[in-house]
Amino acid sequence: MSGANRIAGAGRLTPARSLRFSFDGELYTGLEGDTLASALLANGVHLMGRSFKYHRPRGVLGAGSEEPNALMSIERDRSRRQPNVRATVQEVFEGMSAVSQNRWPSLAFDVGAVNNVLSPLFAAGFYYKTFMWPKRAWEKLYEPVIRGTAGLGVAPDESDTDHYSNRYTHCDVLVLGGGVCGLSAALAAAQSGASVMLCDEQAQFGGALAFETGIRVHNEDGFAWAAQTAQKLSAMDNVRILNRTTAFGYYAQNFVGLVERVTDHLADPDPALPRERLWQVRAKKVIIATGAIERPMVFANNDRPGIMLSSAARTYLNHYGVAVGTKVGVYTANDSAYEAAFDLKRQGVAVETIVDTRDAPGEGLLSTAADLGLEVLTGQSVTDTKGARRVSAMVVRPNGGGAARTIPVDALIMSAGWTPSVHMFSQSRGKVAFDASTQRFLPGDYVQDCVSVGACNGTDDMPAAIEEALAAGSNAARATGSKRSPKTKVSCEGAGNWSGGMSGAAAGAGPDTTVKAFIDFQNDVTAKDIRLAVREGMHSIEHVKRFTTNGMASDQGKTSNMHGLAIAAEALDREMPQVGLTTFRAPYTPVTFGSIVNHARGKLFDPTRRTPMHYWEEEHGAVFEDVGQWKRAWYYPRVGEDMHAAVNRECRTVREVAGLFDASTLGKIEVVGPDAARFLDLIYTNGWTKLKPGRCKYGIMLREDGFIYDDGVVARLAEDRFHVTTTTGGAPRVLNHMEDYLQTEFPDLDVWLTSTSEQWAVIAVQGPKAREIIAPLVEDIDLSGEAMPHMSAREGKICGVPTRLFRVSFTGEAGFEINVPADHGRAVWEAVWAQAEPLGACAYGTEAMHVLRAEKGFIIVGQDTDGTVTPDDAGLNWAIAKSKPDFVGIRGMKRPDLVAEGRKQLVGLKTRNPMTVLEEGAQIVADPNEAVPMTMLGHVTSSYWSENCGCSIAMALVANGRARRGETLYVPMPDRTIEVEVTGTVFFDEEGERVNG
Amino acid sequence: MLLIHCPYCKEDRPELEFSHAGEAHIVRPTNIAAIDDTAFEEMFFLRDNPKGLVYERWRHIHGCGRFFNAVRDTVSDRFLTTYKAGEPKPDPVRLSKGADVAKKGAAK
Ligand SMILES: [Zn+2]
Repeated sequence: MSGANRIAGAGRLTPARSLRFSFDGELYTGLEGDTLASALLANGVHLMGRSFKYHRPRGVLGAGSEEPNALMSIERDRSRRQPNVRATVQEVFEGMSAVSQNRWPSLAFDVGAVNNVLSPLFAAGFYYKTFMWPKRAWEKLYEPVIRGTAGLGVAPDESDTDHYSNRYTHCDVLVLGGGVCGLSAALAAAQSGASVMLCDEQAQFGGALAFETGIRVHNEDGFAWAAQTAQKLSAMDNVRILNRTTAFGYYAQNFVGLVERVTDHLADPDPALPRERLWQVRAKKVIIATGAIERPMVFANNDRPGIMLSSAARTYLNHYGVAVGTKVGVYTANDSAYEAAFDLKRQGVAVETIVDTRDAPGEGLLSTAADLGLEVLTGQSVTDTKGARRVSAMVVRPNGGGAARTIPVDALIMSAGWTPSVHMFSQSRGKVAFDASTQRFLPGDYVQDCVSVGACNGTDDMPAAIEEALAAGSNAARATGSKRSPKTKVSCEGAGNWSGGMSGAAAGAGPDTTVKAFIDFQNDVTAKDIRLAVREGMHSIEHVKRFTTNGMASDQGKTSNMHGLAIAAEALDREMPQVGLTTFRAPYTPVTFGSIVNHARGKLFDPTRRTPMHYWEEEHGAVFEDVGQWKRAWYYPRVGEDMHAAVNRECRTVREVAGLFDASTLGKIEVVGPDAARFLDLIYTNGWTKLKPGRCKYGIMLREDGFIYDDGVVARLAEDRFHVTTTTGGAPRVLNHMEDYLQTEFPDLDVWLTSTSEQWAVIAVQGPKAREIIAPLVEDIDLSGEAMPHMSAREGKICGVPTRLFRVSFTGEAGFEINVPADHGRAVWEAVWAQAEPLGACAYGTEAMHVLRAEKGFIIVGQDTDGTVTPDDAGLNWAIAKSKPDFVGIRGMKRPDLVAEGRKQLVGLKTRNPMTVLEEGAQIVADPNEAVPMTMLGHVTSSYWSENCGCSIAMALVANGRARRGETLYVPMPDRTIEVEVTGTVFFDEEGERVNG
Repeated sequence: MLLIHCPYCKEDRPELEFSHAGEAHIVRPTNIAAIDDTAFEEMFFLRDNPKGLVYERWRHIHGCGRFFNAVRDTVSDRFLTTYKAGEPKPDPVRLSKGADVAKKGAAK
């Protein structure tokens, strides 16, 4: 038997299909198709969680995704543990393990429940007020403690082993919600020939038809019609229907995010299946058919386990065959709760009393109640409840005053009315409008191409709602180009009435300040909290919401927003629309990180770029560093060497013999066209028209504001062809910068720009033996110093493949950069290495490259500059052409602040103790004894141990730095103060003769 | 994610293919070296950032690579039109009238 409260013959599940699952370690039996909530209720388990703030015992409130209370952890294993799963949505499967949350040590006995007793301390705004002072205690005491006890559920501590998938798709008509209206709209659109998508968050289509058994469609059971219609739709080629799929976000231009739960309901999912599938749908038309959500009644202690929405009780009965109690009380302010009471009674459940706050219930209800032998107390209210871990009685009082009557119950079902579910409409940026006659918010002005139908549009009458949905479906199809117009007909009868009801506090909700009449069950917000917020001066619902946290929990206020608004309006003595309704934002229901992150994790998080020589480097023991997306060989330690020793050896070897360096990551842009030189004249600070083909030049590029943007060597290969290099990782933004000027400011220039960064592998061969190493491999190029001096470029062949060979140096040594097509990179590198190794040369990495360039005072843009450094600051005035009428930055660099005295200038620093290596980023001061805060003159930009100089070297940006040459300055560190001398930026071979070989 | 009409490709493409490039119709003076500090400040630093219609530059960076201009309503996030770089600034009155047409166009 799948639980003592299962009624034989009731519901739609098959008694033979039973399965076992556990909740907090206890084993239970459920039926296939059960949700966790229905299976627990069938077993008489109402206590399903503890509330967030007061740790009050809580049961299930609803039967759908609006559930605020019954949040559980579902654990498949340690890495697949999902917290905050709504028990009303999660389907049970064989072997499922569910664990309650927010309690310690157990659900029945929870230490945190002391918060309930101390609740006067925890009124709204408590955190804001109590923990403001003293400031220091916030960090040390309050925040850690609050963090420890706050939060719903526990995140898994191992990485998720499930996988997720992602699809983009387009359709003519997207229908959100698969109730009777959504199905009708989809059917009409599909039969007109439009491409249609229909999604519903439930396992089965039908929406309210799951409990509303009074409705017959085409003369049959409404839910059976829904199943058949879903079947019919899914068989159509132009339709995609998705169950267990929630539309969680409505974005610009009818872009809607759906998440499909693919395996969460399966006991033993196929590992090939994604756990969830994210759908990003671009729809020409969206039809919103999201229905309505029932509101609870607001009265004292309305949160005890066993107290739930009447539609939930009806769903558990009519769909799952579960009675929510044996003595059920009913408390209502509208008609729909009567239907739940009647259904329960007809199934043999004792319904004690219907308490109706109204004097006159809807037509015919009293006589039906009388026929069924039900007591109805009109004009009365439930003012309190009794019970500990389950409701045991309701206290009823006439509205006009009079004696209270305590009626024993073990379940209390309630309905304050129905709130149209305008979430998706509001997310689409539509403006809701207050309908004074029905006291509710309905879709008003539309911003996007969508339409609302049925209950979410305030259309309560079922035949009218179906007509509206059918019309929306065929209109949408016609608007998106469908020519057919078949008359889709859906007829129904026996619809219940969903209109009417109340918002705000009922009689048993105060006004005294000790009563806990809950509005927001998940965040433990009560009616008195809202009143307190108003008393404290919050006059807009946005402020009330933030002060009380009403509607800010993971259920997004689906059952609480209207009540909060109504109570605030009452306290302010205003109409609801004057207090405002908060805007609904995505997500409609919580979305897993997994579905959003999707494939973009691990190796797929970000591309890894490897040079053509990468695996040679790996085979030769390189340690790699990440430079943007690139993996770059950092250093090549030999046996017994640490990083320091390896870098020292590499630096020494380059200057004594030679070294090979993989410079393939340099950005490269081919600039071609009759106006190429004129274009570079405008982009760089220096002049290019006079540069002869076959020559190279170092260029600096500014932004329009006059600050250094990038630098690099440019080779002129022909009158109309330049090979531009940029910093590693700088190529995309430099190309964008160039394209911007070329397309929009200098469009008359005849120039083409092409990214060639990945087309060329670059092998730098630097050092005294560089020429000797490459000479045997090069054809058609005279490598002699006379024929090919420093800063020249030649085209020819190396190892039989075409090369652009540059005589350039970023080390100060004579050297070459061999550009070869990327596919030949590794072969050429190996050939060069075969020449180099016997001569005693080495491969060197980026660390040695940095040290060698710093020994020569060559800057690295982005390290020695930071976007606020001018060419003059960097000592690069020589690279600015004086006679050019225009270049990018020519005006910006003359701005008053950029030509002012006292700017930070790039200088060298030598530590007084040559062994001390400064920290990059360290601050520099003139007076080490000055009181804190000290006057900071600048900071260290580059700092290394220089094996070639036998001392540490550094570069720094220092105020008025060049005039301070020879001065002693100080670098205060936490443990000591380091004395430094200001020097020039060239530390090695100051005369610069070595570059000529 | 927005759909943006590239006036060069003549197609609606997802926002992911584009990069935003700041306010449009700011002309870099041909005599920029000669302008005074105030004029430079006006040209380079000061931007309108209005609520409502903005004229802005986009680049179809992962498509044709072209820079173009767009008129977008910052309230509704709707593009009223896009047009090639160098074409004149569209008349806002005419554009607002055209907004409904643009919406119908999107529905086709
Ligand atoms: Zn394009």
